[in-house]
Amino acid sequence: MAIFDSALIQPLAMQVTPPDWPGGYWWHWLFFTVAIIAFVLIMVMGAIYLERRGMGRMQSRLGPNRTGPFGLLQPVADAVKVLLKENIVPTTADKIVHWLAPVVAFAPVLVIFAVVPFQNGAMLADLNIGILYVVAVSSIATVGVFMAGWGSGNKYSLLGAMRNVAAVVSYEIPMVLAIVGVVIVSGSLSMNQIVTGQDIPYILVQPLGFLIFFIAACAEINRSPFDLMEADSELTAGFHTEYSGMKFAMFYLVEYAEAIAMSAIIATLFLSGWRGPWLPPWLWFIIKTFVVFFVMVWTRTTLPRVRIDQLMGLAWKFLFPLALINLFVTAIQVVVWPDISQWIFVIVNIAIAAVLILLWSKFFKLGQGRVEV
Amino acid sequence: MGQAAAFWIMAVVIVVAAFAVIFLRNVFRAALSLILCFIAVAGIYITLSADFLAAVQILVYVGAISVLIILGIMMTREVQKGSPVNKMQIPAAIVAALLLGILVYVVTSTPWSISSQAPLTPTTMPLATKLFSENGFILPVEIGAVLLLAAILGAIVITREK
Repeated sequence: MAIFDSALIQPLAMQVTPPDWPGGYWWHWLFFTVAIIAFVLIMVMGAIYLERRGMGRMQSRLGPNRTGPFGLLQPVADAVKVLLKENIVPTTADKIVHWLAPVVAFAPVLVIFAVVPFQNGAMLADLNIGILYVVAVSSIATVGVFMAGWGSGNKYSLLGAMRNVAAVVSYEIPMVLAIVGVVIVSGSLSMNQIVTGQDIPYILVQPLGFLIFFIAACAEINRSPFDLMEADSELTAGFHTEYSGMKFAMFYLVEYAEAIAMSAIIATLFLSGWRGPWLPPWLWFIIKTFVVFFVMVWTRTTLPRVRIDQLMGLAWKFLFPLALINLFVTAIQVVVWPDISQWIFVIVNIAIAAVLILLWSKFFKLGQGRVEV
Repeated sequence: MGQAAAFWIMAVVIVVAAFAVIFLRNVFRAALSLILCFIAVAGIYITLSADFLAAVQILVYVGAISVLIILGIMMTREVQKGSPVNKMQIPAAIVAALLLGILVYVVTSTPWSISSQAPLTPTTMPLATKLFSENGFILPVEIGAVLLLAAILGAIVITREK
């Protein structure tokens, strides 16, 4: 069957199916596309449940517990409610842009999961540029936010979109520098090879990189404490103020799908992805993703929202220099001592991270020191 | 077959999007078509087995440059609907026509060499070797970066309020 010969059809260098996989390229494509869509939708429902119940616990209240056992059906009820609502488009809106924005925002998030390994080699496409692809594709989502902010014809939407882009452009730099540290240690851009090379989870080898990536990821996807692009007290709801019904549901979905995507990437890059004892690999992957997401919920309930100058100052004066130093230290370690045990680097890097963070937080000032942090 | 189909789809999208950039009166929509054009160019790179270049194209052009263009549009008043009145229309037309003529001449008169070898498949490693090895291109790249930095600083100095 020539049509199923993956080498003929696939122009990209792709290590396609595991050897015991039945069928060929198109079956692989169909299976993983359906699996990814189902995975994202189910994980988003789980994430919404976890966030609302977990936040309830942390804030000494119950959270939604009426729909189904333990409130498990609350996300379903919410989805049905929001899908049945009327779709309102403002008269001043740019109709086409307003209509396209949720789609443009949602597509890149879904596409990120194409390179996330659920098991050894079990992914839609094992691109050899995996993590670079993730960074590139996730940058398209900003355009969707922009389109929503502009197309609504509402100044709050526009302000929210502009804050969002300022945050995304600033935090992308420390985030990518933190990723480069991981790439240097693992010697590969492919997500699957990064996982297979992680005999020690990179959270230990790259503690500073992990912290920088986690903070920058939270800022990129507008999660509290960096959610001032949709700060309800200032901007109503930010860029999606003028959205209702199905389109609002899309933005809600994007928000949680992005959080899940970032959790999955952190689990892959820093927590050794699907690797783990006893349990099946895919289950390990899902557990790790949820653990990272739980920490995001935890920070959300713990920390108050930052101001815009604090947001920018943190990115450029705190995370960016630390990310550069981290990259420099990692490069020296990999080039000068390629053969000694990673465990030595674990101890050294944790010490370096602790010293740097303490030192930098001493000198971190905003507004020439006139503003108290 | 598949590659030819992909190429033609991308080519049509690129040309249509590029024309939309020029002819749309709404500047914001023009910027959006520019983004579509950039993405389709990245698609062309993928059909040429230049996967690294395609990802960088999306990252730099869609993720950074287009976003800054849109931010510029949002920050500017009165250009949002249609182009503003401009006294420099005729000189601009002459310069644009000259540039177009030179580009068309160069593209048509260059003997493009076509290699019959199969493309290198992981392109990341060869690119890194070209960049960082001895006699690599690291110095020109760094000079380009310094030039861009100087341009940014110049723009800040010019536009800064006294």
